[in-house]
Amino acid sequence: MSYTKRFDNRKFDEMRKIEAKVDIIPRADGSAMFKIGDTVAIAAVYGPRSLHPKFLQDPEKGILRCNYTMMPFSVSERIRPGPSRRSTEISLVTSKSLLPVLDLTKFPNAVVDVFIQIIQANAGTRCAGICAASMALAHAGIPMKDMVAAVSVGKVGDKIVIDLNKEEEDHEEGATDIPVAMNSEGEITLLQLDGNVNKNELFQALEFAKKGCSEIDVIQRKALKDFYKGVKNE
Amino acid sequence: MGILIKEKSIVVPGDIIAEGMDYLPSLGCFREGKHVVSERLGLLNVDNRFIKVIPLTGSYVPKVGDTVIGEVKDMSFGAWFIDIGCAYDGTLMVRDATEFVEKDADLAQVYNFGDFVVAKIVKITRHSSIHITTKGPGLRKIQGGKVISVTPSKVPRVIGKQGSMVSMIKDGTNCTIVVGQNGKIWINGKNPDDELLATEAILKVENESHIDGLTDKIKAFLEKKK
Repeated sequence: MSYTKRFDNRKFDEMRKIEAKVDIIPRADGSAMFKIGDTVAIAAVYGPRSLHPKFLQDPEKGILRCNYTMMPFSVSERIRPGPSRRSTEISLVTSKSLLPVLDLTKFPNAVVDVFIQIIQANAGTRCAGICAASMALAHAGIPMKDMVAAVSVGKVGDKIVIDLNKEEEDHEEGATDIPVAMNSEGEITLLQLDGNVNKNELFQALEFAKKGCSEIDVIQRKALKDFYKGVKNE
Repeated sequence: MGILIKEKSIVVPGDIIAEGMDYLPSLGCFREGKHVVSERLGLLNVDNRFIKVIPLTGSYVPKVGDTVIGEVKDMSFGAWFIDIGCAYDGTLMVRDATEFVEKDADLAQVYNFGDFVVAKIVKITRHSSIHITTKGPGLRKIQGGKVISVTPSKVPRVIGKQGSMVSMIKDGTNCTIVVGQNGKIWINGKNPDDELLATEAILKVENESHIDGLTDKIKAFLEKKK
């Protein structure tokens, strides 16, 4: 059956409503909230701070430790708190997607900790988490070459769509989900693929992702700048 | 060509600040091909040909010559390790301490765990070990009073232009105030009420640092409370 109209009446290349905010956790060195549709992610950054146990230290550069967790109440059926196979994987891919833009050479033997919490989930949580983490890192004053924006694209039925929601992910036999993260120049830092697509579909999906990420990039930068409006140079 | 973003505006990482080879990147930005790109969230500052991004947030970045306030965390045979609020502890060697320390003396007799010292950064090695000293005017172990913390990036505002803000708070509360560049501030007054008032004023400066006419506001606040 062909998928002709999206469940929430969006266009095929239209994302859900996005909201972004920084400095939501006063005790953290940097923090941010990123909301896309019903998916809400918050990120807190601590550090650079000293790293223990000592064998984890890298004397040439600092390391980045990401921790992705879904809150027990974030999904309709309670999720068991604590690390799982899935959250360990997402923590790893999140840190790998952020590392290319970070410059941690000034912090040897130290660590930058990023904690990502999903407080409400409706698909695309890892992408929302990466967007929040990128803003939180900038807010924490970590030297960065660029920002990272992420969005999921995928194939529902026979159509390529951007920013799938849960309903679309579960459509028929399940959609093909492709989370993509890229910097502002469109260089890909994360690309996962779960399902079947052919070459042309993948290229179309990446086109959609590029467009979506550049939109998100603008929102992220605006949120950071808006927070400091009115600050004077002395 | 030239500067693409207005001076004194806020830049975020990845913002292209200038195009062409006319400008040189300094603090908080870097060159990528023909562009000068921001590396930090901060305020853009252009000084002749130099582009600088003054960070608005972030933990303390140690700099040689900074006066800092830190807590004694650890000690070994010939040195104390002082927590100065950044990723690395400051090392205070026995020979850099104000007090004379006899050979084989117990270092805890001089500076004990939990003591605060006002110290100066003398050297930062490539591997980020930080050497500090308590030899010099105003550098010593802290006795009495209390130590509070503010965000390191707000320290210039707490001090004010040529120390105007901090000296006003000093006069208004009859307290001795020492501001460390790492955001730790030592307040010592004749009675606890004075110290509380000074604390309140400093936290007010921190929270309202972006407001116009802050000096007048703090002045009014101090006079009202007196």
